[in-house]
Amino acid sequence: MKALLGSAVVEAAVRSALAEVPDPEIPVVSVVDLGMVESVEVDGDRIRVELLPTFVGCPALDLIRDAVTARLSTFGRPVEVEFGFRVPWTSDRITPAGRSRLRASGFAPPDEAACPHCGSANVALENLFGPTQCRSIYWCRACRQPFESFKSV
Amino acid sequence: MSTAVELLPATKNALSLLLLAMADDEFVIGFSDSEWTGIAPLLEEDVAMSSLAQDELGHAQALYRLLAELADDGRDADAIAFDRPAEAYYHARLLDHPRGDWADTIVRRFLYDTADGVRLDALAGGSWPPLAELVGKIRREERYHLLHAGAWFERLATSEGEPRRRLLDALSRMNPDAATVITPLPHDLALVMAGILEAPFAELEERWREGLRPTFERLDLPMPPRLADPLRARTDHSEAFRWLHGEFTAVRRVDPKAAW
Repeated sequence: MKALLGSAVVEAAVRSALAEVPDPEIPVVSVVDLGMVESVEVDGDRIRVELLPTFVGCPALDLIRDAVTARLSTFGRPVEVEFGFRVPWTSDRITPAGRSRLRASGFAPPDEAACPHCGSANVALENLFGPTQCRSIYWCRACRQPFESFKSV
Repeated sequence: MSTAVELLPATKNALSLLLLAMADDEFVIGFSDSEWTGIAPLLEEDVAMSSLAQDELGHAQALYRLLAELADDGRDADAIAFDRPAEAYYHARLLDHPRGDWADTIVRRFLYDTADGVRLDALAGGSWPPLAELVGKIRREERYHLLHAGAWFERLATSEGEPRRRLLDALSRMNPDAATVITPLPHDLALVMAGILEAPFAELEERWREGLRPTFERLDLPMPPRLADPLRARTDHSEAFRWLHGEFTAVRRVDPKAAW
């Protein structure tokens, strides 16, 4: 079976498998939604995935590496997961689907100063820094709820 | 990421010193920031300082990794970070001051972040890909640090009475050491020749001063003086740093193999 699959087909299958690997800190979005997957190479009998850390010191990287390796183990080939800064991850890489998933779970996507609960733009920055490196904290004056926003980097 | 770009021995030597200086700077200021966890003057600042500390230790780790690959002497990033005696650290003397009060912390951060920003700008387009790529990423995070420190610096300077008095006291302690972050490193010309650093540190120091001047003039604050002894900018560390070193190496000394 494996031999019948061309590299391009395997690569597409790997990408859709990666779309099932959740971010450990915000599990409603996957590593694909976040735009962390820079490249997927299927070379001979081996799968190589290049991921971009959202933040340099992100403590979730080892968890993400383990989760990606575990998910791709079903392909029955050696898996290499590499993190690098060759291309800098920016918050513009979050996909439209990722942005709407963030919104639906109460996070404002980057560069969107509107309350994810009620949609009001009448919001105030409470803290540039939040519970993880990638988030800031806002307050909605309209519905009087706090919310977190993905930092724009 | 590969460090396997051919470097002349003199360039490699200068680059190692630069990486060590930058990594130790981020490492020491990160640990100093983390001393506010649980005791910052506001809950928001507790969160902010803890997050800043996490960013800086992450930057330090990435820089120590580059240094470990470049040195290739069997030491990994943790060994470089934790297994040196206090006197072998190469951070700027500005970061040797004890945590102090909130004004000390804001002044230290503001002076450090502005100087570090000039240094990062001069490295972002450099010819050694591993460092230029990492700096490109670090710069995006440091922007938030400068916004934070700048807003607090302004707030203390323009609040008459105790806030401004404490800020001035902190400046009188920190200003003499402010330029230690950006004063020339040994052999920095080799880095300029190799295209790794855009301009010598002497020029970067002038850029930093020019950048600070409008803010300091508007707020009527004394500018940092020239260093009395630039050669000792990163050596002869303080008693306060020896205490901090004892703290941050404690776990490693108890169990060198611990994974954390």
